[in-house]
Amino acid sequence: MSTLAPRPLRPARPGRPGQPVRSTRRPVASQRREGAWDWWLIGAVLALATVGCLLVWSATSARAELLGGDPDAFLRRQLLNLGLGLGMLVAVARCDHRWVRLATPLLYLAALAGLVLVLLAGTVVNGSRSWLMAGPLSVQPSELAKLAVVVGMALVAAERTEGRWGRGIGHVDVVLMLLVAAVPAVLILAQPDLGTTLVLTATVLGVLGASGAPRRWLVGLGVLGAATATAALAVGVLQDYQLDRFLAFLDPARDPRGAGSNVEQARIAVGNGGLFGQGLFHGSQTRAGFVPEQHTDFVFTVAGEELGLLGAGVLIALLGVVLWRALVIAVRARDLYGRVAAAGIACWFGFQSFQNIGMCLGIMPVTGVPLPFVSYGGSSMFAGMIAVGLLLSIARRDQRRR
Amino acid sequence: MNQHTRLRLVVIQALVFSLFATLFVRLYYLQVVTGEDYRGRAAAQSVREVVVQPSRGLIVDAQGRPLAANRLIWVVSLDRTLLDRLSDTQRERLLARVGRAVELRPRRIEQRLLTCGDEGAMPGVCWNGSPYQPVPIAEDVPEQAALRILEQPEDYPGVVVDQQSVRAYPSPFGINAAHVLGYLSPITSEELSAAESAGDLSVNGASVVGRAGIEQEYDRWLRGIPGYREVKVDSRGRVLGDDGEVQAQPGDTLVTSLDARVQSVVERQLAATIRTARATVDPVTDRPYVADSGAVVVLEADTGRVVAMASQPTYDPGLWVGGITKRQLARLYSEKAGTPLLGRATQGQFAPGSTWKPFMTAAALTHGYSPDTRLDCSSSFRVGNRDFKNYESGAYGMITFARALEVSCNTFFYRVGYDYWRRYGSDESDVDAKDPLVAEAEAFGFGSETGVDLPGEASGRIADRRWKRAYYRSMKGYYCGIARKPQDARTSDFVYRFATEFCIDGYAYRAGDAANFAIGQGDTIVTPLQLARGYAAIANGGTLYAPRVARAIVAADGTVVRRFAPKVVGRVDLPASVQRYVDTALEGVTRVGTMAWRMGGFPLDEVDIRSKTGSAEVYGKQSTSWVASYSDDYVVVMMVSQGGTGSGTSGPAVRRIWEALYGITGEQVRPADAAIPGVVPPEQLPQFRADGSVLPPAPDPRRRR
Repeated sequence: MSTLAPRPLRPARPGRPGQPVRSTRRPVASQRREGAWDWWLIGAVLALATVGCLLVWSATSARAELLGGDPDAFLRRQLLNLGLGLGMLVAVARCDHRWVRLATPLLYLAALAGLVLVLLAGTVVNGSRSWLMAGPLSVQPSELAKLAVVVGMALVAAERTEGRWGRGIGHVDVVLMLLVAAVPAVLILAQPDLGTTLVLTATVLGVLGASGAPRRWLVGLGVLGAATATAALAVGVLQDYQLDRFLAFLDPARDPRGAGSNVEQARIAVGNGGLFGQGLFHGSQTRAGFVPEQHTDFVFTVAGEELGLLGAGVLIALLGVVLWRALVIAVRARDLYGRVAAAGIACWFGFQSFQNIGMCLGIMPVTGVPLPFVSYGGSSMFAGMIAVGLLLSIARRDQRRR
Repeated sequence: MNQHTRLRLVVIQALVFSLFATLFVRLYYLQVVTGEDYRGRAAAQSVREVVVQPSRGLIVDAQGRPLAANRLIWVVSLDRTLLDRLSDTQRERLLARVGRAVELRPRRIEQRLLTCGDEGAMPGVCWNGSPYQPVPIAEDVPEQAALRILEQPEDYPGVVVDQQSVRAYPSPFGINAAHVLGYLSPITSEELSAAESAGDLSVNGASVVGRAGIEQEYDRWLRGIPGYREVKVDSRGRVLGDDGEVQAQPGDTLVTSLDARVQSVVERQLAATIRTARATVDPVTDRPYVADSGAVVVLEADTGRVVAMASQPTYDPGLWVGGITKRQLARLYSEKAGTPLLGRATQGQFAPGSTWKPFMTAAALTHGYSPDTRLDCSSSFRVGNRDFKNYESGAYGMITFARALEVSCNTFFYRVGYDYWRRYGSDESDVDAKDPLVAEAEAFGFGSETGVDLPGEASGRIADRRWKRAYYRSMKGYYCGIARKPQDARTSDFVYRFATEFCIDGYAYRAGDAANFAIGQGDTIVTPLQLARGYAAIANGGTLYAPRVARAIVAADGTVVRRFAPKVVGRVDLPASVQRYVDTALEGVTRVGTMAWRMGGFPLDEVDIRSKTGSAEVYGKQSTSWVASYSDDYVVVMMVSQGGTGSGTSGPAVRRIWEALYGITGEQVRPADAAIPGVVPPEQLPQFRADGSVLPPAPDPRRRR
């Protein structure tokens, strides 16, 4: 995989800060200006966000009951979200690396505070207490928590290992990192928000893997997760209706009026798109509002119906570009914090995208997770943009150092 | 970075990209491999096919007056595909809300929503149509209720409100004409599947079809072709826009030979006659006449066209509009209410009594008797061991056929019947024995359907030797069963004696049967329409028509699709001399005979009415009142069951009908006052204008009197 090997492997030289610039760098990297922006990443994110705005617009402009009379209300709000998000992206990207590391505990604590607050004073939407409502604004703290967990774990890993020479992550470090992840995970599970918990679990495993945690931890956690899930089913922690809802993607008849109908409608809309799609703003199922939550969690079905295999494929490819750049940044990162954070963000985006699109295509359970950069919503947009800003910041620092 | 960590990142990357590859494969599968299926389902749920029912063809009278028209009603339907997406509580709430709006119990709505053939589906209530079409649950909804639902689509997801054209009965001159017009009711599943397999596009699950009368007979013209409108709907079933429309084609107009003014007079006279009879005490039974039913038929003598036809008791054909209730339907079939559905003019069968005698006269005069023949009109005539008596035991001595008709002498015709029986048929068990009287009755069309263009016509019955043999075979078991046992308390003497005799030689066509046949008594029965057609044949010299109600089919654009010419179904061998003799004799009935006391002061010299009265006896019931009459143009036959004597009960009404037909006031004849302009029915069809209006036929100067 050439994308993963921008440089020859040099096992003798541990990647750590303060290493002198070497002359053996590959030409591409050497030609880059100091602190260059990763335009592949920026371009892909901007393209995703732009397409996202159009899809949200298409999904909402014909739905009078959502809008209160203004067909462009959702577009305008999403553009505002995008503008604010881009501002955050630029701010974080330009921020000095040290400030980013300093801000990490603050972000983490803010996310924890938000999660506690949402449990105390949150509003229940679709059965989960996930939303903080403040007048016209609504915030979903669990979106920020995913980012907080990633950078929090990265910080712990970095702080614990940077003082030591030549040593990887130890058992104590793993336990600490898991603790950092566990507190918000428990709070999110309490909402309950199964989808975010799943994404978080996958992200934590990715972070641990990227940080170099011992393999038996990864295997052990995997086995533990499977055992917990089995036990939960056996003991009956999940009510029947919850189980039906969860498994409706396999058999829509299990929850015909709830998730099953979502699954059916999503499949019909996507299938209706065919190879070339019905054309933007011309999807009969989209415009008629057959798919529930179509501008948020099921936004991919709009792409499926209106843009077809071609457009939706491009959307998947754009997400692939984002992940490719994130992983490249992780590989190139010179410090553990950067590498773990970038890999964690990649895992987060990757699994969340898979979870979301898989749900729209009927191969994953119906859980409320948004499609990064595309779904309507401020919290997920901001979290995503800050994460991209962080990626850019990591990338720029590495290049400056070289 | 160590190699170990780098490998980890490779694994992560491989995982992430394989996940994305999975997504793409799945996307390809959904959109390309199975895309066609999903596209079909997408279209099915986002496009609602709405049937546009055609407006049914008008039924107009000969002057172009609408007898059956259309009006728009509001229909509330439910979209089941959408209903199925609601949760149980949402559905319950919606049905309750809709139920309140249209005043129906939710249970009833549920029944309407069931597809016929499903478990618990009630025939007549369940839905016959396509599963993709909205199911009508309430017809003829008040406009206010319909508009309330239309204005609040949010509260009524999946509720479709639209207008539909249904039958309206303008009732010109207050006519009812229910038995001629017939009625409509929803198509049954069997009819629908039969139509579908025959490729008939004129019906759909929500169609109504003609069930009786000319609505049934000419249904395929009146129906029209339904249109279909495809509308885009959103997830709540609200209409987003039209996708396409196949226009409905309205049904053709049926022009009938009926005349609403004559029909109106006829109906009023029939109703008034029955009212009067019920207030009159029958001297035979000392009880008021029951007058349970009655009928009047007015035919054009030279064409067999039906000008008016009334039957009592009757019903309101509008009862079917928007669905008839079970109780209403039960009443229409109930004997207690007099089975109003039964059209007495074509379906009621009664002994003709003395109105039978002109046919017997014609038979006698063409089979050996001469106009000069005189027979004894004694007060009674003994056949075998039984005395056959005259009405009120009158006796007129030796009289001619003409006089026998005038005074309606029974013993005269007994002798004729007995004479033929002795001459040809004294072998009681010979079913092939010659019988001129029976042959003549058959020639005049009795005992078989007239072929009128109204469904469900009764054939009447000629109680000849064959019939008697067949009847004996079918009833032998029953009566012999009674006769073999000793008489018990429940069996009257009469029945016991009858059963005993029947069991022994009930198959035999005896002299008494022949005598009875000659005066229209016994087991011979006719419909009023048959009798009218028979008299028309006497009037026109022997041509037997299949009476016609329909005159023409006219397309919605005014072009004549089809004309119905008078249909000749037979010719009676009626020599002109015999026809003249009978005609003159019946004229005598009106002038000096049994009808004369009802025709005092009638300008018979200008409007020559020939008539014959009849009071047919029915075992266990009061007598049937008959008057059969004709002029040069028309035949008028009236019958009142259990109504008394012919002239006594029906005479005045028949006179009024003749007065209306010719514009007679007192002794004055004013053709201008006649019910039909120019007295005789117009040869021309009504004029159909491009704007949809119908004007009376253009006057034809040649035919004006």
